[in-house]
Amino acid sequence: MTYSPAPVTYIWREINWGDDLVNKVYGSAAEALDDLLHDGMFIAAGGFGLCGIPELLLNAIKNAGTKDMTFASNNAGVDDFGIGILLKTRQVKKMISSYVGENAEFMRQYLSGELELEFTPQGTLAERMRAGGAGIPGFYTKTGVGTVIAEGKEHKEFNGETYILENGIFADLSIIKAWKADETGNLVFRKTARNFNPPAAKCGKICVAEVEEIVPTGSLDPDCIHLPGIYVNRLIQGTHEKRIEQRTVSKG
Amino acid sequence: MAARAAQELEDGWYVNLGIGIPTMVSNHIPEGVNVTLQSENGMLGMGPFPLEHEIDADLINAGKQTITELPQTSYFDSAESFAMIRGGKIAMAILGAMEVAQNGDLANWMIPGKLVKGMGGAMDLVAGVKRVVVVMDHTNKHGESKILKECSLPLTGKAVVDRIITNLGVLDVVDGGLKVVELAPDVTAGQMAEATQATLV
Repeated sequence: MTYSPAPVTYIWREINWGDDLVNKVYGSAAEALDDLLHDGMFIAAGGFGLCGIPELLLNAIKNAGTKDMTFASNNAGVDDFGIGILLKTRQVKKMISSYVGENAEFMRQYLSGELELEFTPQGTLAERMRAGGAGIPGFYTKTGVGTVIAEGKEHKEFNGETYILENGIFADLSIIKAWKADETGNLVFRKTARNFNPPAAKCGKICVAEVEEIVPTGSLDPDCIHLPGIYVNRLIQGTHEKRIEQRTVSKG
Repeated sequence: MAARAAQELEDGWYVNLGIGIPTMVSNHIPEGVNVTLQSENGMLGMGPFPLEHEIDADLINAGKQTITELPQTSYFDSAESFAMIRGGKIAMAILGAMEVAQNGDLANWMIPGKLVKGMGGAMDLVAGVKRVVVVMDHTNKHGESKILKECSLPLTGKAVVDRIITNLGVLDVVDGGLKVVELAPDVTAGQMAEATQATLV
């Protein structure tokens, strides 16, 4: 039997490309998160130290009072900024992080057994997020072979070298921060504030991004988009404190 | 030590410098040697600390310190950053250590029973970069060797160290133990041997 395609009428110029797109822009962090939060949920958050963290969304989660959350985030903020504000209110059950050194409340809760902690090497954490977002449930890496990180994990030889199996991260929600967005969620980051934001964005079922500026669709150069809007479901614009952790300067 | 470590750098290399003494290596890069510094939070071409008016909250290094960019700088995300580390594109990492063993085992991230801050990117770096150089004091504050037959602390990486630069000299990890490559000024071979628990070959 031969397949004969129906004649195609090329009508694409008549289609209203863009105007019927779902509105991704919300008025506030609280509105953008309104129906997404639930106790016990798993959130992937962007940021490195205090740089490029979704500070407005974290504040809104604090105000929403969501409890028993697990966060995949490279760091845990400081006592009064970043994820630290959710530790203070005891909203976090578990952290998946590579470095948590700057947070006294974190250490107190961890040492007293109130907070679970899964240390993951930084590159493994980034790749676990990227992999999850790319539909890859696991990957082999040399990182951590022969250390406590490898305990209980599958080991496998490739070309005479030993690797361990690490799992992709599949989160309920991604919260990230970018510099600029257009109305369709195409994102541009600024300098080292990009860090974990793109991989974190990709590994959640739904991603909410906060940005410093939402510009009209069409005003960003398509060749210079860092994260395509397909990864971004909701957007808010706001003013960021952008706190600096270590202010180091050169003398004149 | 930072000055000695800087001599390890070769023209055209992409390198990653750890926090502390390794960071100071960048102040001693020899004339005519152009290296591009990687910062694992997502930057190649790390510049010096900023002037007061140049401080930018969006521009920090892996130690969370404010820094500057250079004409050749590029930025990327953390997954990309560790892809180039894991993929062996970084020629060398220079980092600190609490203990190193004669087979190249490295311990620099946790002391059991003490505050654990995390390994950050250290495990990825030592597993991925082409050459690992450790810069450290030869002994601890009690005068005990930190260059050991076997590490007592939890490892950051197994058989990953290529060269150790200490206040007493330079040692290479070779078959059967460590080989003294250089003695620091005014240090004798006897002093080096005395301060080293590892087997010297």
